[in-house]
Amino acid sequence: MPVRKVMKANEAAAWAAKLAKPKVIAAFPITPSTLVPEKISEFVANGELDAEFIKVESEHSAISACVGASAAGVRTFTATASQGLALMHEVLFIAAGMRLPIVIAVGNRALSAPINIWNDWQDSISERDTGWLQFYAENNQEALDLILAAFKVAEDERVLLPAMVGFDAFILTHTVEPVEIPDQEAVDEFLGEYEPKHAYLDPSRPITQGTLAFPAHYMEARYTVWEANENARKVIDEVFAEFEKKFGRKYSKIEEYRTDDADIILITMGSLAGTVKEYVDALREKGVKVGAAKITVYRPFPMDEIREIAGKAKVLAILEKDVTFSVGGALFQDVSRTLINEEEKPKVIDFILGLGGRDVTFENLDEVLSISKKALDGEKVDEVNWIGLRKEIL
Amino acid sequence: MAESPFKADIERVEKEYSEKMTPGAIAKIPGSSVVNKTGSWRVFVPEFNRDKCVRCYLCYLYCPEPAIYLDEENYPVFDYDYCKGCGICANECPVDAITMVRESK
Repeated sequence: MPVRKVMKANEAAAWAAKLAKPKVIAAFPITPSTLVPEKISEFVANGELDAEFIKVESEHSAISACVGASAAGVRTFTATASQGLALMHEVLFIAAGMRLPIVIAVGNRALSAPINIWNDWQDSISERDTGWLQFYAENNQEALDLILAAFKVAEDERVLLPAMVGFDAFILTHTVEPVEIPDQEAVDEFLGEYEPKHAYLDPSRPITQGTLAFPAHYMEARYTVWEANENARKVIDEVFAEFEKKFGRKYSKIEEYRTDDADIILITMGSLAGTVKEYVDALREKGVKVGAAKITVYRPFPMDEIREIAGKAKVLAILEKDVTFSVGGALFQDVSRTLINEEEKPKVIDFILGLGGRDVTFENLDEVLSISKKALDGEKVDEVNWIGLRKEIL
Repeated sequence: MAESPFKADIERVEKEYSEKMTPGAIAKIPGSSVVNKTGSWRVFVPEFNRDKCVRCYLCYLYCPEPAIYLDEENYPVFDYDYCKGCGICANECPVDAITMVRESK
């Protein structure tokens, strides 16, 4: 029987790792995800998880050890956040290019300077072009579930790409919620034993991995990463469907919330989606036609699903905790790009908020709504808006 | 020029590498060095004077690549596909049968 326990998202991520039975975990603890490797090392020390826990001297070493382990042919896991993920940056490309299905749990945290340990998405958003799959959890249960799903998608023969699962710093990593821990047998059935398809060590089959590619081959190699990302769209749907059958919890690349007959749809990710859904409920009671959409899978970017949502609304308000300087936010760019060739498209307005752990309140969302309403009425509004900004101290 | 002793390897690897790209661009068999010709890095090229050569084989022994073979009469033959122009052969030759000259391509 599945057990319900009260735990933080960090613990949920560690539990997901334990259930997935990776053979190697190499990790360097960093706030706010420190508890993930701590808890895993506890599992390993207690003999509850038969794995090699490698203590390394930096995040760069952690992901490098993971690349080595995955290239040797075992299931591999690590956890990090913020500057740690940034330090992994160059190796993230290598993992994706070598098509190694490593899974990273990311406690989404702001980047320096100034130093800040609280939540926004700049760390993993900055890694969106590495070729990794990206999932974002709304709550602690999703952190656990999405890590299990991420392993299955990553290891699928049609995909073979590494995946990162983000959950918001402190809002999730350090907040306790009831989490259902699935049965080990059920997870075993869902994930199966990891059988490396291409990368594994075998003396009778000598291979060279991570080779040099001259201009004659490099472009084709990169294209296969593109292709794998495209394939992942279908594979993710299949894996989510299987997950629902097995564990009863339904996931989709984008979750729509009260979008029917909505004029304005608020699109967001992560734990902010919870706040936005509450807000939508409050507005619906007042008769305001507004809906929400939560992006669970950010890479590959769910373009078809976005187009479908865009067909329902006149204004898409993108709420995001990241900045792409001079342009707006990453989500804003992706949504705009998705709709660029549509004949009838809603107005897309970007709202940057909650950076570095600043609370996103209903007052902030009121501001979002008032700007969106102006756009709905045909008034000209800024494409990019910083919400909750203390202009008086600038 | 004498036939390269690696001819069979070269053919095997060339066949393998002409096949479809593997996931992760993995090289499925060892031996890519026989198709990745390193002679293109060269600035200087050894020029061989057969009349001066005493067939001591020092060039053949010292070549680090090894890009020098011996022909039927045991004279050295330079394989310019792999000679990187290091000049060790010219340096070791006791009778100055090898001189390094700037290569123009």
